[in-house]
Amino acid sequence: MLGVTLLYSWQGILVFTTAALLILLGAIGVITLANPVHAALSLIMTLFGVAVAFVAQSADFLAAVQIIVYAGAIVVLFLFVIMFLGVDRRDSVTVDPLVGQRVFAAVGVLITVAGLITLMARSHWVTGAMSVSTHGQALKTGSQNVHQLGTAIFTTYLFAFEATAALLIIAVVGAVMLARRERVADPEEIDV
Amino acid sequence: MAHVATLILLMPLVGFLLVMLLGQYLNEKQVGYLATGVVGVSFVLTVVEFFLLLGHSSREVTVNLFTWINVGTLHIPAALLVDPLSITMCLFVTGISMLIHLYSIGYMHGEKDFRKFFLYLNLFVFSMLLLVLANNLVLTFVGWEGVGLCSYWLVSFYFDRDKAASAGKKAFIYNRVGDVGMLVAMFLLFSRVHTLTYLSIFAKAGSLTPTVATLVVLALLLGATGKSAQIPLFNWLPDAMEGPTPVSALIHAATMVTAGVYLLCRMSPVLALSVPGRTTIAVVGGVTAFVAATIACSQKDIKKVLAFSTISQIGYMVLAVGVGAYSAAIFLMISHAFFKALLFLGSGSVIHSLNGEQDLRKMGGLQKYLPLTFPTFLIGWLTISGVPPFAGFWSKGDVLANVFEYSPVLWVLGVLTALLTAYYMSRLFVLTFRGTERFRDDTEGHDPHESPWVMTAPLVVLAALSVLGGVLDLPWVHHNSLSGFLDPSFGFIPVIGHASGVAQTVLALVDVAVAVIGITAAFSIWRSGPDQPRYESSFLENVWYWDDFYDATIGRPLTTASQFADDEIEPNIIDGAVNGVAVSVRRSAEGLRKVQSGFVRQYALAMVLGLAVIVVYLVARVG
Amino acid sequence: MNVPAAWYLVLAALLFGVGAFGLLTKRSALIMFMCVELMLNAVNLTFVTFARTLSDVGGQATVFFVMVVAAAEVTVGLGIVVAVFRRRSSTSVDELSEMKG
Repeated sequence: MLGVTLLYSWQGILVFTTAALLILLGAIGVITLANPVHAALSLIMTLFGVAVAFVAQSADFLAAVQIIVYAGAIVVLFLFVIMFLGVDRRDSVTVDPLVGQRVFAAVGVLITVAGLITLMARSHWVTGAMSVSTHGQALKTGSQNVHQLGTAIFTTYLFAFEATAALLIIAVVGAVMLARRERVADPEEIDV
Repeated sequence: MAHVATLILLMPLVGFLLVMLLGQYLNEKQVGYLATGVVGVSFVLTVVEFFLLLGHSSREVTVNLFTWINVGTLHIPAALLVDPLSITMCLFVTGISMLIHLYSIGYMHGEKDFRKFFLYLNLFVFSMLLLVLANNLVLTFVGWEGVGLCSYWLVSFYFDRDKAASAGKKAFIYNRVGDVGMLVAMFLLFSRVHTLTYLSIFAKAGSLTPTVATLVVLALLLGATGKSAQIPLFNWLPDAMEGPTPVSALIHAATMVTAGVYLLCRMSPVLALSVPGRTTIAVVGGVTAFVAATIACSQKDIKKVLAFSTISQIGYMVLAVGVGAYSAAIFLMISHAFFKALLFLGSGSVIHSLNGEQDLRKMGGLQKYLPLTFPTFLIGWLTISGVPPFAGFWSKGDVLANVFEYSPVLWVLGVLTALLTAYYMSRLFVLTFRGTERFRDDTEGHDPHESPWVMTAPLVVLAALSVLGGVLDLPWVHHNSLSGFLDPSFGFIPVIGHASGVAQTVLALVDVAVAVIGITAAFSIWRSGPDQPRYESSFLENVWYWDDFYDATIGRPLTTASQFADDEIEPNIIDGAVNGVAVSVRRSAEGLRKVQSGFVRQYALAMVLGLAVIVVYLVARVG
Repeated sequence: MNVPAAWYLVLAALLFGVGAFGLLTKRSALIMFMCVELMLNAVNLTFVTFARTLSDVGGQATVFFVMVVAAAEVTVGLGIVVAVFRRRSSTSVDELSEMKG
């Protein structure tokens, strides 16, 4: 540990540790807390942690979007649905009706994660040309980052950007269609 | 000139189409005269063509219609070859067909399928003309199959009778066996000379090795035995008598059955290359002539006697071809067409007058009731028996004289056949027209009535032709008559030292002697009545047990094998395979459907496990 | 000096594992959606990490699009949950097994 602290600045380590704790605790909370509302709140913690990690890695704009869109919109949507449906009953994790599901899930996930970590430990990650989409310029921070990302999105990735716009419209229309009540419906369904 | 030959061929086809398309709007008479008319026009055109050909220097005209098949090195034109051989065939085919069409109007009067009958007849004439006029083997084969098909339809014309239906099938199957021979001959020729056009084959025939030539000749002979009812494929013809009598006269006596002889004559330049092949042909012809003649002596059905007589006479023709006397074969073919058509039509008239009775034992004494049928039949009988000066005497004498030069043994066989011919035809004549009247049961006591003029007129014409047919080729003017006309068609005539005048006279006297002996014997035996078991061996009546032999060697083993296939192979192996596939698909599907549990988490688990496998693979590869 | 990229990658792998395990074991459709979000975030984290390593803003742009897709997915997914809940008064995915073979 001593060697590590010498190699990297203590600020970097502190930021990483904070982010890691937020992320992992939040994630474990999501899958362990029985109450969906608590799980959603725990998810917010993870999302904050990811935002911290983004900031630490020069993705300032994405960190802001992470907070605004994820924590501010998506999780609110989750909570809204939870409240709307009134789902707060306990989702028993002790008995799984699918035999062996949890064992296999654990084994599969462990193998995958262990394999990924092994790969990360062994691989030489920098394999391609550097700074392709920024034309040789280094990644920047702050408002420069917004400029850089905006340029990339509206030039190199313009088509993908337009496609996601269409996707969003379609998703919204689809959601409206799904949630719409039938004009003539059974009384019991209207009660729900 | 080109147009004339084409028109000869097309007239019957036009008639066929007209009867087929418009037949339902026409009455019986109109259909009959229309069908007869087109064949008549065809005949007139043939006569015109004949005289045009006489004026033509080369006497060998190819009429190209269109290119039929053009694949790689295989070029088959739809073209006609007009030469003395084909035009001679056309003359008697259209002539006899016209007479028989006319006869059929009376004979088929009131039949339910009257129109269909004339439809088939016209199609038959077209096919037959195609067969003889084609300038290549493939087109000939089309006609060859066409006449076979029409023969099948017409033999089983009364298809609601079991016997007629199976007789048609028998005729068809026997012909198919022969067709294999013709096809093999075509394949062999094409593989060697790369052409199927007659004139090109003849031009290149010299390049054939003797072995190949012999194989080709034998294959052609197989084809000829099927179509012309020779041993070993002869016994479909007697059964074919189930068809209406005009059909027997036209197809199974005068025209179609001579197609095999025509084919052999047409291929004479190839025949010339193979001595063993020609010897085989001669032996097959001679033996068939003799065997069929013996069988004819014991048959009780008037048409069966004539059928075996036909086989026997065609045997003579094949024999003549085998010894290289092609024009003698054609001469006999023509005169045979006259007198055998006459005899068949006469027998048809007899059968007609007796309300369909065909059994010789229930005839007799018809002489005074049939004033036109009797004298014409008398002429036919004398002609086939070989009594001078009728056509049969000259044509048969021509054949026998040629055979004598080639092989005295075959000549003896031929003379014996002539003796038997005179005998069985006299028996037929005596039992039909003379002796006691035994038909009263069939006519319900009435007197038999003579047939209408459309039936008797062809009899008279054919009788006249039988009387006069001999002048076509009298022995002392050979070179100015039929053989002089035909010989250019035969590329090669084996050199037979023509018998001296004395020898010819002696041979002719022998012919007359055997005819007289046969007639006398038959009269002395059969005058007293039809029940003479002593002279009707069951061996001969049952056609030398030839059918039973085929039944035992081919029919029953096949039936047994088929039964085995039906009992064992079909349910166990074929159905087993089909059902097995179905069952295995169903079982595996039953197993696989469990995979679709409906639990989305299990699907996700499968994905994660697959991901784990991929990661492990990557680790293993990197590490 | 910042910490090495591998640390963040390991962190992302752990986050992914937790999300995947939750997805496989939870039965509430809502919680499963949250787990999907966890996995998406893990992927986003790796993208951003690689963007830093390679000094390439393309990774960040991809994260941007992933977020949009995630938003769309949540919108439709929660719509489905609402529609299903109306019919069945339950958000358990195990009860949605009519399509089994």
